[in-house]
Amino acid sequence: MRGNPESHHFIDAANLDEILALLAKEPGEWTAIAGGTEIMVAHAAGRLSAKKLINLWGVPELSNIVVTETHLSIGGGVTFNQIRHDATIIAEFPLLAQAASWIGSIANQSRATIAGNIVNGSPAADAPPALLVYDAEIELISHKGTRRLAYSDFHTGYKQSLLLSSELVLAIHLPRHHEQQIKYLRKVGTRRAMAITKVALAGTASSVHHAITRIRIAAASVADRPLRLIATEAALLNEPLNESTLSRARKALWSEVRPIDDLRSTAEYRKQVIANLLDEFLTQIARSSPS
Amino acid sequence: MTASSNLRTVGTPQLRKEGVDKVLGRAKYIDDLEREGIWYGATVRSTIPRGRILAIHYDARVDWSEFVIVSAGDIPGKNHIQMISADQPCLADGQVNHCDEAIVLIAHPDKRRLPEALAAIYIDYEPLRAVLSIEESETQEEIIWGPHTSEGNIFKQFHLEKGNVDSVWAEAAYIVEGEYRTGAQEHLYIENNGAIAEYDEVTGITVWGSLQCPFYVHKSLMAVFDLPAEKVRVIQVETGGAFGGKEDYPSILAAHAGLLAMKARRPIKIVYDRMEDLAATTKRHPSRTRHRTAIDKNGKLLAMEIDIATDGGAYATLSSTVLSRATLHSTGPYVCPNIRITSRAWATNTVPCGAFRGFGAPQSIFAIERHMEQVALAVGLDSDEIRRRNFLHDGDTTATEQVMVEPVILDTLLDRALEVSDFHARQSEFARLNPLSPVKRGIGLAAFYHGSGFTGSGERYLNSLAGIDVTTDNKVRVLVSSTEFGQGTNTILTQIAAEALGIGYEDVIMAPCDTGIVPNSGPTVASRTSMVVGKLIERAGRQLVTGLRQDAGLLDNYSTQDFFTSCLRYRELHGKVESLCRYEAPPNIYWDDQHYRGEAYPAFAWAVYVAEVAVDTTTYSAEVTNFHTVQEVGRVLNPTLAAGQIEGGVAQGIGYALYEKVLYNNGHMLNNQMTNYIMPTAQDVPSISVHFEEIPFAHGAFGAKGIGELPHDGPAPAILNAIQNAINQSFTSIPLLPEDIFIRVTSDAHEQEQITV
Amino acid sequence: MSSRQFAIQFTVNGQSARVEAPPLKRLLDVLREDLGLTGTKEGCGEGECGSCSVRMNGALVNSCLVPILQVEGSVVETVEGLTVDGELHPLQQAFIECGGAQCGICTPGMLVAASHLLSHTPYPTVDEIREGLAGNLCRCTGFIKIFESVISAAAKKGSQAHAR
Ligand SMILES: Cc1cc2nc3c(=O)[nH]c(=O)nc-3n(C[C@@H](O)[C@@H](O)[C@H](O)COP(=O)(O)OP(=O)(O)OC[C@H]3O[C@@H](n4cnc5c(N)ncnc54)[C@H](O)[C@@H]3O)c2cc1C
Ligand code: FES
Ligand code: FES
Repeated sequence: MRGNPESHHFIDAANLDEILALLAKEPGEWTAIAGGTEIMVAHAAGRLSAKKLINLWGVPELSNIVVTETHLSIGGGVTFNQIRHDATIIAEFPLLAQAASWIGSIANQSRATIAGNIVNGSPAADAPPALLVYDAEIELISHKGTRRLAYSDFHTGYKQSLLLSSELVLAIHLPRHHEQQIKYLRKVGTRRAMAITKVALAGTASSVHHAITRIRIAAASVADRPLRLIATEAALLNEPLNESTLSRARKALWSEVRPIDDLRSTAEYRKQVIANLLDEFLTQIARSSPS
Repeated sequence: MTASSNLRTVGTPQLRKEGVDKVLGRAKYIDDLEREGIWYGATVRSTIPRGRILAIHYDARVDWSEFVIVSAGDIPGKNHIQMISADQPCLADGQVNHCDEAIVLIAHPDKRRLPEALAAIYIDYEPLRAVLSIEESETQEEIIWGPHTSEGNIFKQFHLEKGNVDSVWAEAAYIVEGEYRTGAQEHLYIENNGAIAEYDEVTGITVWGSLQCPFYVHKSLMAVFDLPAEKVRVIQVETGGAFGGKEDYPSILAAHAGLLAMKARRPIKIVYDRMEDLAATTKRHPSRTRHRTAIDKNGKLLAMEIDIATDGGAYATLSSTVLSRATLHSTGPYVCPNIRITSRAWATNTVPCGAFRGFGAPQSIFAIERHMEQVALAVGLDSDEIRRRNFLHDGDTTATEQVMVEPVILDTLLDRALEVSDFHARQSEFARLNPLSPVKRGIGLAAFYHGSGFTGSGERYLNSLAGIDVTTDNKVRVLVSSTEFGQGTNTILTQIAAEALGIGYEDVIMAPCDTGIVPNSGPTVASRTSMVVGKLIERAGRQLVTGLRQDAGLLDNYSTQDFFTSCLRYRELHGKVESLCRYEAPPNIYWDDQHYRGEAYPAFAWAVYVAEVAVDTTTYSAEVTNFHTVQEVGRVLNPTLAAGQIEGGVAQGIGYALYEKVLYNNGHMLNNQMTNYIMPTAQDVPSISVHFEEIPFAHGAFGAKGIGELPHDGPAPAILNAIQNAINQSFTSIPLLPEDIFIRVTSDAHEQEQITV
Repeated sequence: MSSRQFAIQFTVNGQSARVEAPPLKRLLDVLREDLGLTGTKEGCGEGECGSCSVRMNGALVNSCLVPILQVEGSVVETVEGLTVDGELHPLQQAFIECGGAQCGICTPGMLVAASHLLSHTPYPTVDEIREGLAGNLCRCTGFIKIFESVISAAAKKGSQAHAR
């Protein structure tokens, strides 16, 4: 334990408005703690630079999953435990439920929140690829009100995002598709559980007569941020699934990923494995495609 | 072995002695203990691998008057940790020889103030060229340890010859060569190192700690504090795992806590956090082993030439004895007429390597058992057949010319392993299914022995003393300095005492493991506790019964009640009821330390392990999917505990083979967090089947031999042999990570493409 | 800026606790230092080992990652609260009988995680046990005897329920 709790100011506010007012009043001064699974780890390692902390755990406006006709909305403070057990998510957004169930351990999932996972901004985070393939929108709130963005635009660089210091993540909105989709998610970690992702790929697709009519692909740990693979999608859309499409898709993939060497893996490994995962996804599409 | 059939306690699954305390959360580990007025200590460590210390600065923004500060100059006695040699300073004085070496100690009443204070102490160095690998050390361009001669950088070397190695190469049908490497491994006991010390002018120094060898710490403290034996007291408290990692390091930590306690004049507690424990404490020795083997046309070994190099880190610590064990296990359980082994332990500027379950044997056994697989391929025999043709049998001699006088049943173990694993059927099934799947499965085996107890004359030098006494409230106490850290010492030794005394298991307890109370029964290492210390307890028990019969009227067929009644009488006569026994070597044990010849170990435990693996060609990751163990460890004293030892050792061995990699940057451990040093979780360990064959060993307690280290020896080679079976790739280095498999598989595919083009 | 002591009230093992602590202090430290409940252990301080596992409002959490401010008004259960009327919990009994505890340092967290598992999955499969305990590292047992312990406890609990 290398942090000293007495070197940090940590308060609870009465409600969300009060929190937002404080963020607005002293911009950049305050850091929120939700489940604390990032912040407390940094604190233990003596790396928590934020001096003023404000509690977000249990704020009611952030804590619910709401289903409407068109959307499923996940409050920023919703935990992965809630997500993996939510009936609508399991039925309609199974990749997200799956990703949630792979995050850390049971104890981790009962505290780790979806907004924390996103805002922490790790390229290895497990929720983002699933959110990206489901065309998620992210809703931010400040004392001035809310704004809603395409989640694919949210991350702008390594641990950089469009979130302003006066803002919090209010919710994630997922449009409800009711059509049948082919879906794929694979996480490659250092071990079976409690593993930080070395490479992950998420994908959804629809195809007719061996041609892909709709496709979304996203990946973790292959760039400085969670990445939707736009070029790869383009190389596949409306194309027949044959050798030449596959090879163009792989080229497109390699043009848009920027994997690195780090403590957990190598750039070369990541580059190859992400391509293998793409192959696996495409093989699955080919197999399940009605001809 | 007599009277084996009517054992009452030994051989039964008696419940762990301290089990209730552990499941209630009531057992007190070092960090659970406090003392009145205690302060907390922390350590300033070097940030470079080698260099001179020019100056130490204390940032004026910290009020240092609140702290107690200790450096080398404060040491009243010798500034070294008393190990086999006395080269390791307690606190660096003028020079550092590895990263994370202790330089200054500080203490404060509020432990949360320590990290910022540590960060406010700056050290100026003049860096010296560091040696960071075996290969760099071997060049001897930079001598970092020992004389500036051809002996430089070498902690220890052995040379061992049997027969005439040079004569047979010409007539060999096959010659197989190979080089095998193993990496550093972290013990990763879940409880970090910790100690509490108290100092008093009159009574001296007392240390409580999480530790394996109280008398090692005792000896070291005597030197550091220049105190006589009676003014040093070491008490082992509940210890949350050790695996060898608390064999040598606690001597350093105890001295540190003691120095602060002496200067602060108050109790001091130092408990490392995980990052510090990982970065600063010992690891398993990395190794490089080269084999050159001559084989005749029938697959019989003609000659083995073996060269072993280990990386000992910056100080000698236990490197010589680890090297000895590596040397003595390097031929595997095979008979060969001509053998030459050379081995060296090299100094490097990394954290000293120390004891770790297996103690050099896992390194050597990895090499020989991977090598035998290549021999099998060269000769064109199955994995089991090549081994069977070369197994040691009763009457054969080992590399040290030790004659196998005890029964050796390797054939039986192999047969049973093949049977329980359905080896050949699985092998053909995998061969048939693999082409159809991206996941390739394979099966592999390893055969090996592990010598029980100290090597050669070790036990004779130790001259251990152990025994029992009976308290006035009718409890028999086992008096040993042997420690419990999960392996079951308390349970096994009390079972043995109960059996020898003919009383109930519940009537026997352990005396507190306190050097002020118990005799020196030697260190708790080398799989010696059940066999050697257990035997002393067995003898002490029988001796007491004889005494009670002679002096205190104990009759045949006595009840527990009778036993304690006659103890009462005995006490009236003799003042106390105590029975101590000193080690006696088994007869006909002869050891020549000069030539490394003779009875290397009084007994060997034998095993054949089988691993099944799945290698996913999409992710290049290998997983162990099933594991079978068959072993002969003498009498199994407690089946539950014994199986637990095997399963735990196998899991650690799986980690060693496939997950656990210590990454260094300029001699500092980079991945010193549990999130980055990867051990197997509950999801990664396969089912493990455990089978024992029992051949009681006359000189071990009720027939026991050693068991604790054996299971770490076999998994790595069995797993890599299985991987070779699965994907036809021969890997020679562990840990074997997906990234390594990836490089091999893809570069091979590349080569093939180029060939076909 | 330094932060004042903060008064907080919560329930531990059925009893009300009131402590004053810096609000960022870890629940783990409050349990061990302020309440003397040293059954909960620290193995890593970073959420990796699970030896600090406790239940908080019925959820399994790593107490090393919970700041005490967030515990206000909560119900916390630690290993010390597992016994029922002074009797060992079936899991505690099974861990002793089956060899689920060796060095014992992971045991309190393992027991809490296992009791959490059984609270929602009374008859877990081995795969469910593996998942439920994946956040609790044990370096001694290789986990096998821990799985056996949980299965045995589940079976015993079941037979007790049937007997009633
Ligand atoms: C042992 C362990 C294992 C893990 N394994 C995985 C894994 O397998 N996969 C994975 O993806 N992650 C993993 N994680 C990380 C995961 O737990 C976190 O990313 C988690 O989701 C963060 O949520 P939190 O509520 O705990 O964040 P906190 O630590 O509370 O906060 C993290 C960051 O998010 C900010 N924040 C939180 N909520 C909001 C909000 N509503 N609006 C704006 N900012 C906000 C905080 O200010 C802070 O900067 C692991 C963590 C641990 C400790
Ligand atoms: S101490 Fe909390 S998870 Fe390791
Ligand atoms: S029993 Fe020692 S870590 Fe689990």
